Amino acid sequence: METYTLVVLLLAATLRVASPLVLAALGGLFSERSGVIALGLEGMMLAAAFASAAASAATGSAWAGLGAGIAVACLLALLLAYACVTHGGNQVVAAIAVNIMVSGLGPTLALAWFDQGGQTPPLESPAQRFLPLAWPWARQARAAPFPGMVYSELIGGHNLLVYVAWILVPLSAWVLYRTRFGLRLRAVGENPVAVDTAGLSVARLRYQGVLVSGALCGVAGTYLATAASSGFVRDMTAGKGYLALAALIFGKWKPLPTFGACLLFAFANALADRLQGVPLPWVGVVPVQFIQALPYVLTVLLLAGFVGEAVAPKAIGVSYSKER
Amino acid sequence: MSAAGPAKLPRWAEFGLLPALNLAAALLLSGLVVRAIGESPWAALRLLAAGAFGSPEAIGYTLYYATNFIFTGLAVAVACQAGLFNIGAEGQAYVGGLGAGLVALGCGHLPSLLVWPLAVLAGAGAGAAWALIPAWLQARRGSHIVITTIMFNFIASALMTWLLVDVLIKPGQQSPETREFAAAAWLPTLHDLLAKAGVAAALSPLNLAFLLALAAAALVWLLIWHTPWGFAVRVVGANPAAARYAGISPPRVIVAVMLLSGALAGCLSLNELLGVQHRILLDFPAGAGFVGIAVALMGRNHPLGVILAAVLFGALYQGGSELAFDMPHITRDLVVVIQGLVILFCGALENLFKRPLAALLASRA
Amino acid sequence: MSPALELRGIDKRFGPVHANRAVSLSVAAGSVHGLVGENGAGKSTLMNIVYGFHPADAGEIRVRGRAVEIRRPQDAIAAGIGMVHQHFMLVETFTALENAVLGAEGGVRLSAGLGRAREELERLGREHGLEVPLDEPVARLPVGLQQRVEILKALYRGAEILILDEPTAVLTPQEADKLFGLLRRLRGRGKAVILVTHKLREIMAVTDRVTVLRQGAVAAEVATADTNPRDLAERMVGRAVALQVERAPARPGAARLRVERLEVRDRQGTPRVRGVSFELRAGEIVGLAGVTGNGQSELLEALAGLAEPSAGRIALEGRTLRPGDDRRALGLAHVPEDRLRLGAVAAFPAQDNAILGYHAAPEYRRGPWLRARAVQADCERKMEAWDVRPPLPRQRLGAFSGGNQQKLVLARELGRAPRVLLVGQPTRGVDIGAIEFIHRRLVALRDSGAALLLVSVELDEILGLADRILVMAGGEITGELSRAEATEERLGLLMAGIRGAAGGRAP
Repeated sequence: METYTLVVLLLAATLRVASPLVLAALGGLFSERSGVIALGLEGMMLAAAFASAAASAATGSAWAGLGAGIAVACLLALLLAYACVTHGGNQVVAAIAVNIMVSGLGPTLALAWFDQGGQTPPLESPAQRFLPLAWPWARQARAAPFPGMVYSELIGGHNLLVYVAWILVPLSAWVLYRTRFGLRLRAVGENPVAVDTAGLSVARLRYQGVLVSGALCGVAGTYLATAASSGFVRDMTAGKGYLALAALIFGKWKPLPTFGACLLFAFANALADRLQGVPLPWVGVVPVQFIQALPYVLTVLLLAGFVGEAVAPKAIGVSYSKER
Repeated sequence: MSAAGPAKLPRWAEFGLLPALNLAAALLLSGLVVRAIGESPWAALRLLAAGAFGSPEAIGYTLYYATNFIFTGLAVAVACQAGLFNIGAEGQAYVGGLGAGLVALGCGHLPSLLVWPLAVLAGAGAGAAWALIPAWLQARRGSHIVITTIMFNFIASALMTWLLVDVLIKPGQQSPETREFAAAAWLPTLHDLLAKAGVAAALSPLNLAFLLALAAAALVWLLIWHTPWGFAVRVVGANPAAARYAGISPPRVIVAVMLLSGALAGCLSLNELLGVQHRILLDFPAGAGFVGIAVALMGRNHPLGVILAAVLFGALYQGGSELAFDMPHITRDLVVVIQGLVILFCGALENLFKRPLAALLASRA
Repeated sequence: MSPALELRGIDKRFGPVHANRAVSLSVAAGSVHGLVGENGAGKSTLMNIVYGFHPADAGEIRVRGRAVEIRRPQDAIAAGIGMVHQHFMLVETFTALENAVLGAEGGVRLSAGLGRAREELERLGREHGLEVPLDEPVARLPVGLQQRVEILKALYRGAEILILDEPTAVLTPQEADKLFGLLRRLRGRGKAVILVTHKLREIMAVTDRVTVLRQGAVAAEVATADTNPRDLAERMVGRAVALQVERAPARPGAARLRVERLEVRDRQGTPRVRGVSFELRAGEIVGLAGVTGNGQSELLEALAGLAEPSAGRIALEGRTLRPGDDRRALGLAHVPEDRLRLGAVAAFPAQDNAILGYHAAPEYRRGPWLRARAVQADCERKMEAWDVRPPLPRQRLGAFSGGNQQKLVLARELGRAPRVLLVGQPTRGVDIGAIEFIHRRLVALRDSGAALLLVSVELDEILGLADRILVMAGGEITGELSRAEATEERLGLLMAGIRGAAGGRAP
């Protein structure tokens, strides 16, 4: 029984930790499928975290925070697209530039606006945050651990943005494989010249792909600042954008496998959290830093072992110009 | 069929005017941020310039920061010559400090002239070692070096925190840092050196490592542009398929260049630890690895350009600290913003000014 | 009746290059119109303007008598113009069906549109004899079928004017004849077809009228019946040309390169070269003919040490070559098929390209240092000897014309008197004047006793230069013909993989 509770809680934590990764990775999927490298997820997410926390603190509304987060991340996406698509700039350099700029800009503006040492004020009122939703009869269900606890903790009991992330997985797959937009997006990431000769605008499609990634990073950043915690602190994404990108690569640029990769990362993370300070057989207590480094090590291992080069969208990272 | 291709500029415009324009654009946008904060951009700029160059002491500080950025800038620039984007200079510098620091801690009883070279070797070696795995993964398994070096920055941070908190910490002390190095391991400051030669100079942390950085720049220049190996590196960067055709092994070049890159980044610790702090402490690279990206891009990946851009960023850092005294709402985070904007304009948006400039110059020629 | 397509005074510059000079052209419905010219004569630019890829600086495009403004491919498609590019514009991971509907999907959701498109494509396929498997990813289709998909794609979009840019580059002569049959059928149904090519045989075979472009301007427009290949060639170049290089018969000596049961696999593990054996003797040029993509490139790369064979043996003068061997030092030189991908670095100055692969040679070094002055002097000598223009060692290679780039690569590879030269597509993207020059140098190298393996998709080039011809199809050598036995027809059958009928000896 003890174990059962632990497992359910561990899986529930996995789902929560996975949500921002899923949101960002799905966003990255649209960007990379259009042929634009999604290294900017980190910066867009961090900017959205700051914007949503600031807006929520200022207005008292989490929804205003969400709007601000999405808007700011989309603005950065436009900047990226302007540099990479309109001017054919190096996509990696552009993304790193945005990430570095955002890492300085958030604390700078936070200090100037809120005077709390580069953070936003804590979001104390429930209206300022996306809090877990109580499902009908959840409390009663908990009385019967199985399956009640699965209902109350695993399926229910999350905040709204977690469900948004879930819904977006099949929705993304549908858009990508069953709609005109998806067909064109996949085409432009594989062979932009073919898209151009078919009478479609390569630039327009790539702007759209990057913008979708901005919007989803906006939700992911909002999640970090207003759901997972109560406010913005510097560098609060801590590489989650890069992890999302790694999950996307590991998921071979497909929605469902990418979702699976995010769950894997999140599970390792949730498990590591549980193991903190717990003595393990043979090794004893693992230093907390090792546990913190686990997702990064995992990323390196995944990239080292499993990724074939051939499966990436063929035109990724290559700016398109008619001047061949 | 088109004859256009990438825009070509004369050298003076490519290496002088264009970076100046890009910098101006970055500063202009930063000025807008300063205005948004509610301060005067002009006043900020004046304070910044005075803080960076207003006194011999200020210049000393500027060059001290610049020393860090020369090392990391060279690290990024060298990797770039082989077409590799090394985002990991931060972690390589951090781990390099472990190498140099352990030598300084363990060999402090030896004479300075023995400790220094050992520390240089250990610092460079540890930095190189930290670059080895991402390099090997890129060369042999095709793992994207941008992502792996970023991950290695995070891993380096965790590793060093653990070592400093649990292992290397001076017993009976709260803050996670080692004991002080023996004086024999300290790199002399330039004002001490000059004082011995009978010249009075302003007190500043500027030290022997600055000269080492200049020497490293000269070495990189010779290596990349004046040896067959450097030729091979540039071919790999420009056209890996042609490199294979020419009998060059891209994987081997990638690994070798990344080792050199990591070694250069690892040398940052000579300035920061042996020159100034005299102990290993938490997060001593303080973002210099990322500044290196901006420095390399702005310096067009050329050692001379790297030195000039490093001095500029040294001035931003030094001036930025002074600025924070007078304008408490402005911290060094603003310099990070400028850094990001410089990378944006010099790197990703280089065509923004380049194409019109090339057209303008062509029409006047 | 007004012509299906009429161009009036089309003018286009790319910076200093005047690509099209007041070009006028008229194509009647129900006709096949040829467009010929040398490399760089402006054929592709002109067609790209018609298809909306580049805007023209001046001039007018009229379709069925009405002036149309074509700024983007969309406009061209709307005006009933379709184009089959030399490099197919297909998304390789997509099926033929998906490729055909891309940009004309018929609705936000795919399913309904795809169903309608399938019926329409099947109808078009039956009508024109263009059946293709609609649900297979096109990457898995042979190139001939991929080309059909391209044509089908254009017809599906309602093309009345069909432009084909060098469509036979990837086909055997027999497949080309089939394509011409299709073009005649399209003509019979009232379509206007423009055939862009540099092969005069094709012009004579299928076109009704022909326009010759030279240096961006129209040099002639004639009815095909009123002209002949020599006349066309002279109009293309602007002077009398020798279509054949004169040379003495070969006097083959000892075997220099021996290849035994060589097998090369690609990354997916598919064999591209299957059990190939042959011998290359001193003082002869052996031509390797075949349609692009039949293993010649892989064979060449394996011989040059760029790909590792999965089985078999390569021996240079008796010595078995291994992957790590420095083949240059052993006297094996290689002029790759695609010079800008493999053989040179476009962004580097000419002088750096002139030492590529030999950059560690002692004459360019002093101790560990590279001597810039020696490198430059060496390049100046090569430019002089090969008449490279302009003779500027410090100019970026990419800024030279294709012919001059190729001369520089040849100067580098021939400069050290190789024992064996592997040369791929030596005159691809090279103007006719330089072709003659290069061919003469290759023959001179042969006469000096070197062994040459010439890989080319240009049958004229093979027939003009080779002393012995090997034909490759499907990764195997399907036959060997002496120079006297070789005819285009026999080669074509061997290129299609039909062995017995061609009367060639089994190797």
